[in-house]
Amino acid sequence: MTLNELKPGEMAVVDGWLTDQPPLRLLEMGLLPGTEIQLIRFAPLGDPIDFKMRGYHLSLRKTEAAMVRVRDIR
Amino acid sequence: MRQKVGNYPGVTVERKIGQMPGSHTQGPIELIDLPGSYSLSPKSLDERIAYDVLSGHLPGEARPDAVVCVADASNLERNLYLATQVLDLGLPVIIALNMMDAAEEAGLQINIPLLQEKLGVPVVPMVASQNDGLGKLKYQMRRLDLPLPAERQWSLMPAVDVEIADLIAELQAEVPTLPAGQGFVEVLQCLTSDLMMEFWEERAPLFCTKVAAIRDKLDAQKAPYQQAEVIGRYSWLSPLVAQCVERRKDPSQKTTSDKIDAVLTHQLFGPVLFGLLLLLIFQAVFTWATPVMDLIEGGVVNLGGLVRSNFPGGWITDMVVDGVIAGVGNVAVFLPQILLLFFFLGLMEDTGYMARSAFIMDRVMSKVGLSGGSVVPLLSSFACAIPGIMAARTLANPKDRLITIMVAPLMSCSARLPVYTLFIAAFLPTGSVFGIITFQGLAMFSMYLLGTVMAFVAAFVLKRIVFKGESSFFAMELPPYRVPRFKQIFWRMIDRSKAFVVRAGKIIFGMSIVLWFMARYPVAEMDTTIAEQRIEAEATYFAHVDSLVASGMPQPMAEITVDERMAATFQRQDAAEAGYLVEHSIIGRIGKILEPVMRPLGFDWKISAGIVSAFAAREVIISALATIYSVGDVDEDSPLLREKLKADRYADGSPVYTPLVAVSLLVFFVLALQCMSTLAIARRETNTWRWPAVMWLYMTGLAYLFSLVIYQGGQALGLG
Repeated sequence: MTLNELKPGEMAVVDGWLTDQPPLRLLEMGLLPGTEIQLIRFAPLGDPIDFKMRGYHLSLRKTEAAMVRVRDIR
Repeated sequence: MRQKVGNYPGVTVERKIGQMPGSHTQGPIELIDLPGSYSLSPKSLDERIAYDVLSGHLPGEARPDAVVCVADASNLERNLYLATQVLDLGLPVIIALNMMDAAEEAGLQINIPLLQEKLGVPVVPMVASQNDGLGKLKYQMRRLDLPLPAERQWSLMPAVDVEIADLIAELQAEVPTLPAGQGFVEVLQCLTSDLMMEFWEERAPLFCTKVAAIRDKLDAQKAPYQQAEVIGRYSWLSPLVAQCVERRKDPSQKTTSDKIDAVLTHQLFGPVLFGLLLLLIFQAVFTWATPVMDLIEGGVVNLGGLVRSNFPGGWITDMVVDGVIAGVGNVAVFLPQILLLFFFLGLMEDTGYMARSAFIMDRVMSKVGLSGGSVVPLLSSFACAIPGIMAARTLANPKDRLITIMVAPLMSCSARLPVYTLFIAAFLPTGSVFGIITFQGLAMFSMYLLGTVMAFVAAFVLKRIVFKGESSFFAMELPPYRVPRFKQIFWRMIDRSKAFVVRAGKIIFGMSIVLWFMARYPVAEMDTTIAEQRIEAEATYFAHVDSLVASGMPQPMAEITVDERMAATFQRQDAAEAGYLVEHSIIGRIGKILEPVMRPLGFDWKISAGIVSAFAAREVIISALATIYSVGDVDEDSPLLREKLKADRYADGSPVYTPLVAVSLLVFFVLALQCMSTLAIARRETNTWRWPAVMWLYMTGLAYLFSLVIYQGGQALGLG
């Protein structure tokens, strides 16, 4: 399952990337394997998506969120 | 010292320099403010600037003596990521842990002494917005015995780690001036950043070859070396932060900011509220400013009268009153509107709403090839394209950045506002829809809408034709909402307006004088028909006086009586003479040359002349028209420019300005690139004249095409 497939309010743990070259900026912002992340809401037109992780809000586009594999969804 | 601080990552784009007194043995301390950034690895221009300054890469500028790293206490982990990069530079570091109040509100209790001990550098808790902790920070900055950070405490993955020492040695051998302790960071940057490889390519070619070889080797081993630094730092930081921070609230509990977001970024309410906010801003700019504008307008007229009555007549007084005072005054009038606009933009930045607007708008923006990150540069361009174009530096993707720069001048800047205001107020009907929204406010909104829509269309076309390729990348933080700090907003508003006034003021002052000369010289020999009309009128005058005197009226009484009777005739005569002179002046001739090209748009030679003078800066058209009309009209009873425009007639008696001409002219000003400063800044930001040239051509082409279609179409429909 990937990050964009979560439903609003669901929490998950980042498992890894579906690409060999994940965007460095996202890594630097703390989106690393093992990070707990929650999908807060979709933007009014369905894209981008507001996530909460490491105590702050980060918004990502669907295309980027679809590159992130997640596990332990609750 | 005042400093711009925005609640949006990357608001401070350029370096800003200030001074503070040091301890008595030191002398003053020079402070350099660097752009806010997530990381020191240069990916975008503003990160590059920050890294260049800290590493002493800027030619002629020494490495700083110490670094104050400002971190947001409510978002400690991610903020300390940048701090650990700064620690590795080998410079003394002070960490200013700002926004302690926000951390407390979020239920975070930070153990400062422990954090200080773990990081090995002074940590100063602060609430900068309330000046809390400033004294302690200044004390640390004045210390002469600031400790160097401890040895690096985090580790790279083994596959990468074994290569580092060799590379550092290689770089130091090739660049002996490299400060001790900086080698490690430089090597790390080169592993991940091509920008840094470019930097060293000429300075340390052997080193670069070696880095490239090692990159290949690690690629072959499938070692994710580009992630090595990030993973290493966070693996150290996460447990450290967990140790130093005690959470008093359940992190899944909603904060006030989250609750506000539930409404402001709501599926339905979000876009509706954003639209309403924009409408409110434009309505406010147009109506709230009016009383002050009327006051300034009256003041300018009075000042002109005062100068005229207190100084001897002659061309110098004429130039000062008709050229300088009228020209500068006609632009000063619009300052209240500019201030209001800057106020609203500042409010959006400071509360954190600016980032939400990007969140709401990103889908739309990505459709046309921009990103949500372009929203701030484009919204800033509503004030002025220059800060807008500069703010585009925060876009990490170079294509996004270039497209944003190329379309930013289509957003209606404050320099267009005077033009919109003048023509809308003079030629569009008053009245309102539902009693709230005035037609004129609606017309103003349409101007902004047209510019914005055209910017989107231009971006779409540029993306499709010029920059074919993959879509851009977007990751944006939504900062917590904050109560706006009005003092900050006020100073930012003043700073921005001052920059605009100084820039515009200089050009306008000079242009006013030049235009006055151009409108007055060369003094043409009067047309024989007009000259004969004067002789005829004077003959009639004296004949009347004579006949009255003959019938027994005293001479002075007779003169007054005839004066009154013939006032209108002489006024017409004066206007005809003045009009003839302007028509044959330099500016009149330029306008005449252009008239055949501009006539299909509904513009006469005077408007054409105004447009020519406005190619340096849009707002100049006001002073140009003021100059043309006050030179060409001696009637002092209608000092307002808009009355003069309304009264202007062609030789056949039809009005020069119909509402259709006004709309055509308005649209021309929405779309044309009439601003030297924008071209100059675009040249600086893109480093070539090619893009400013393309910008000027496509915008001016659009303007001509649209005005042509509107005027010709309108006439065909019988609206003219």
